[in-house]
Amino acid sequence: MEDDAIGSAMRRYVTRRLAQAVGVLWAAYTVSFFVLYYLPGDPVAAMFGGGLDSTTVSPAQIAELRHRYGFDKPVFVQYIDYLGKAVRGDFGNSVSTGRSVTATLAGALPQTFALAGLALLLSVVIGGALAVSASYTRRRWLRQVLLSLPSLGMSLPTFWVGLMLIELLSFRIGLFPAFGDGGLRGLVLPAVTLAVPPGALVAQVLAKSLLAALDEPYVQTAQSKGASRLRIHLRHTLRNASLPTLTVVGLIGGQLLANAVVVETVFSREGMGRVTANAVTTQDIPLVQGVVVFGALVFVLLNLIIDLTYPLLDPRIIATPGSRGAIAGVGA
Amino acid sequence: MINELTGQAAATVDPVVDPVADPVVDPVTVDIQPGLGARVYRAIRFFAHRPGLLLSIVLVVLVIVAAFWPGWLSGRDPLRGDPSDSFRAPSAAHWFGTDALGRDEYSRVVHGAQLSLKATLIAVAVAFVVGALLGLVAGCAGRWVEGLLMRFVDVLLSIPGLLLSLAMVTALGYGTVKVAIAVGIASVAAFARVMRAEVLRVRHATYVEASRSCGARWYFVLRRHVLPNSIGPVLVLATLDFGAAILSVSSLSFLGYGAPPPAPEWGTLVATGRNYLANAWWLTALPGLTIAATVLATNRIARALDGEWARQR
Repeated sequence: MEDDAIGSAMRRYVTRRLAQAVGVLWAAYTVSFFVLYYLPGDPVAAMFGGGLDSTTVSPAQIAELRHRYGFDKPVFVQYIDYLGKAVRGDFGNSVSTGRSVTATLAGALPQTFALAGLALLLSVVIGGALAVSASYTRRRWLRQVLLSLPSLGMSLPTFWVGLMLIELLSFRIGLFPAFGDGGLRGLVLPAVTLAVPPGALVAQVLAKSLLAALDEPYVQTAQSKGASRLRIHLRHTLRNASLPTLTVVGLIGGQLLANAVVVETVFSREGMGRVTANAVTTQDIPLVQGVVVFGALVFVLLNLIIDLTYPLLDPRIIATPGSRGAIAGVGA
Repeated sequence: MINELTGQAAATVDPVVDPVADPVVDPVTVDIQPGLGARVYRAIRFFAHRPGLLLSIVLVVLVIVAAFWPGWLSGRDPLRGDPSDSFRAPSAAHWFGTDALGRDEYSRVVHGAQLSLKATLIAVAVAFVVGALLGLVAGCAGRWVEGLLMRFVDVLLSIPGLLLSLAMVTALGYGTVKVAIAVGIASVAAFARVMRAEVLRVRHATYVEASRSCGARWYFVLRRHVLPNSIGPVLVLATLDFGAAILSVSSLSFLGYGAPPPAPEWGTLVATGRNYLANAWWLTALPGLTIAATVLATNRIARALDGEWARQR
């Protein structure tokens, strides 16, 4: 009986979150459509770098282009047309290469996925270790130093960190290859570079909640029962403090994808980031839109997964509808 | 009627409030009273305990000087150099070394502060004005207007900041100002959220209700009561946003969407230095270090302002 009630509450929770996710994706598509196609004024002129003067392209050709992309129809009709195609996974063709946007992105995805995955792992492990040791140490000065590292990590420009790692570890010592896609060894430096800002964020949030958790009554209970400091830190405070950190991991996903643009440029790697950088340089509007919507998709999916794991960690979530969504930033 | 009510409320609350209020009021009056000497002494003691904060302020002042009066910090021309002097390592004559054309890198960094600071200021201003307006309208209007605006803000949050900036750059084109606007738009969402939360906190405060019940117009209440009491945290957010804006602007100009090459801009300087990474480390390391130090300094100052603000209230 009670199981059934919880089950239906869970079902309602999942349905609501799925509907929110679809809504956010639709809105992200709409915003990117109007920013990219209508902010420049004339999308056809913008797509071809503004070089559409009468000397190179005749008015008839411009009209033909306009017709091919559907820009001669009213804005609203265009929007519905494009949205209809996008729902079926068709974001049009890249202006510069002529390949379909979906195929281009799918081809570049595995490289970036490996990079971002390793970076996510590194940031959680290193950031987590930093936060736990800051809260575990009894030495005041050491704690101060450890706690000041995250704000240092957030102040370093990503491209500069990458270049300095190349200079020190590739050119000086020759420990890792500086450029290219050569296997796992070539993945280390880019992943470390990409992991610095999110790792700092994880460390900051986790350290804050760990130190706050130490004042909770259950820590005193554990102490009075004779639990060791290590056990209290790993079994009690870490488990309770990891909930806010999980929310932060949802924000990190999109950040990793965006920073991959910089990191893949620095390390001359192929992937989504390079595709994005090239698309912006050639003003390839359909491709840029594909990337933006994909970024929103990553954000939405990660948050969906995290929101759905929350009730497993803390069953109270279901009892207070909408609380997680508000914190994760996806609708209230 | 209203006077009677408030009079009654004051009469019943007074004896309870008085003993609590006194110790709160006292330190405030003491705070304002002491003479110049005591205040200078206190300021010195405050900064002596925080050498990092002092260093940050000095650095930020230097960057501002570099942006407005670059001649004070460097006498050399950032655009002209002696080709026979190229690739000199940092020395007393050339603090940051020289680049491929023999131009003094230190002078280029100093002159680059102008474009970078300008872009940062525009970015923060755009984020502040647009975000605060959105939040203010959402907080005051309520109902469906609030719902619509805040859903829009949620969408902005769901697109990673740098990707949103890149989309704006694709639409607007290249250049320092356009990059700055793109960075500003990408951080509108945070400002809108904080502003709305503050307006909601203030909107039902007693003094706002009182002012409205006295017959004040909505725009008077807004300007006189709501805005001054809710803008504080948004201003703190603006100082915090400075560091992030410097990083975003320099990332975009590193990618090549900022000022065209001969102009010295911090991100562009690092991008140029990247070509000579193997033989001239200083062309990458030192401009990048300048960016990192400036971001660290502005973040430190923002944290100090944040703390002070929290203690004041």
